Amino acid sequence: MTVDRPLLEVNDLKKHFPIHGGLLGGVTAKVHAVDGVSFDIRRGETLSLVGESGCGKSTVGKAILRLFKLTDGEVRLDGERIDNMPASKLRMMRKRVQVVFQDPFSSLNPRMRVRDILAEPLINFGMVHGRRDVTEKVETLMDKVRLPRDAINRFPHEFSGGQRQRIGIARALAPGADLIICDEAVSALDVSVKAQIINLLADLQDELGLALLFISHDLATVEHLTHRVAVMYLGKIVELTDRRTLFAQSHHPYTRALLSAVPVPDPTALRNRIILKGDVPSPINPPSGCRFHTRCPFVYDRCRVEEPLLRSVGHGHLSACHLDEVPGGQVVPRAA
Amino acid sequence: MSATAPTFAAAPDLPGILPVPKERGRIAGFIYRNPTIAVGGFLVAVMILMAIFAPYLGTRDPTALAPAKRTREPSALYWFGSDMLGRDVYSRVLYGARVSLMVGFSVAFCASIVGTTIGLCAGFIRGLDAIVMRVMDGLMSIPPILLAIALMALTRASVQNVIIAISIAEFPRVCRLVRGVVLSLREQPYVEAAIASGTRVPVIIWKHILPNTLAPLMVQATFICASAMITEATLSFIGAGTPPIIPSWGNIMAEGRALWQVKPYIVFFPAIFLSITVLAVNLLGDGLRDALDPRLAKRL
Repeated sequence: MTVDRPLLEVNDLKKHFPIHGGLLGGVTAKVHAVDGVSFDIRRGETLSLVGESGCGKSTVGKAILRLFKLTDGEVRLDGERIDNMPASKLRMMRKRVQVVFQDPFSSLNPRMRVRDILAEPLINFGMVHGRRDVTEKVETLMDKVRLPRDAINRFPHEFSGGQRQRIGIARALAPGADLIICDEAVSALDVSVKAQIINLLADLQDELGLALLFISHDLATVEHLTHRVAVMYLGKIVELTDRRTLFAQSHHPYTRALLSAVPVPDPTALRNRIILKGDVPSPINPPSGCRFHTRCPFVYDRCRVEEPLLRSVGHGHLSACHLDEVPGGQVVPRAA
Repeated sequence: MSATAPTFAAAPDLPGILPVPKERGRIAGFIYRNPTIAVGGFLVAVMILMAIFAPYLGTRDPTALAPAKRTREPSALYWFGSDMLGRDVYSRVLYGARVSLMVGFSVAFCASIVGTTIGLCAGFIRGLDAIVMRVMDGLMSIPPILLAIALMALTRASVQNVIIAISIAEFPRVCRLVRGVVLSLREQPYVEAAIASGTRVPVIIWKHILPNTLAPLMVQATFICASAMITEATLSFIGAGTPPIIPSWGNIMAEGRALWQVKPYIVFFPAIFLSITVLAVNLLGDGLRDALDPRLAKRL
């Protein structure tokens, strides 16, 4: 393990879901949920994965968590492959990668007390000895997410959405993870609570040196806590760069369309909204060539036949668009 | 929400926002909120007590013959009359409750255990699901009463065999229910979070899946109990169930059938008891469903 090796490396990740049909459930078609995605995350870094619903961003998160087997590709944690890890080693790997889900209501078992919810990972990873130790560690976790200690004997339904999300974060913190995958972790919360949770995540990241994979459809939220952003469209990453570059000089037409949809809190501001035509094509039968060609305002012949590769267009800035293929990686003018 | 994140005070205590409920005794409050459970439970309890304490409730030997005192009308001596062999119908009905209740509860228990086990496996093991469920579809396509008759034809008549036969006929319903619940529960984020927390599959089933299937399972079990009692009575009535020497409601009705136009009470009393018991169990099931299903709950 070299010093500057990223914490998590994802190489050419693919996940196709079979569609079952017929009398005995044979495979009739495949959903190309994720089709060759690569990125890495350094320690203490936040990478956001953004895109419309159905673009496969949650699937990437679940694949890293090994909630299902990958179709192809590899995932490395500290250089060690975790995508094909045998079950026995996998359990200990799980200690290092945790998850916070979107819906604070279904992500906590309604029949378990907060204490038992938080104790579960501690017990699974053999990190506690005896009842008193459990109580102590659970109370420490409650402190970390700024919830009152005496709430540990309550059931999830006794809490508000924001408080439940704090419990979910505490559960993810419990095993001392290096990487937390926040799968739309704040999307279900209202604005003020959202801000609190984002600040909490930022504080925890500073405090504990966590790496975050922040999956979201909301660029406005992402802007406040991310270091880098990967934009996904139909199972592929179309652009990956640091936050500043993305918001100031994005290359990919899809990213620009997404950015133009972010609400601006100034009614008088002149806005040049890019409205995309049509719907996201079906991932069962994705379009040929560039997957975005059916909706791209700058589409030309080449896009329909040849798939653009993700290539460098600047320092640490990757984009997958034929229009970027100019010497020296010059920025293509906005109007084509 | 800017770069200078404010420091956090501890979240305030949860406020007591719930209105204070009207003061009622615990039992009175329960009856007020769940009238169907209370009525059904009370009737079932009465039937159970009656079956257990049958020997102390003024009965005599339910199989003792008294040919000279045949087909007596209900009177102070024979509360429900006597049948064509001079046996006391009252005693026979009370002892018959033992068979009905035992069959009902045993079938509900056995079918639940077997159905839950198979349903959990089918819901969790993808490869098993298609095959097991087609077998269950096959079993469910045969009317339970016909299946039970066929199974009884293969074995000797005994209460135990009746229980087994009806359990086989009933368990696919439980299986189907549990499998459906498991399929929806296993996609729940809290189950995925448990997997991500390193929880082993048996523990996930035990701690996360099973407790959340219990409510619909209990409701289904009460309905199976009611339906098993009817099936047992039907089997006994056509002579394919409880052996004739053991008094059961079905047997008593079968024996009184020949005389029912002249001496209707021989059929009437066991029939009334059967109806009340089945009604009580169904009320209990309805009440449980309303109380346990959060979507239908009227109260918090």
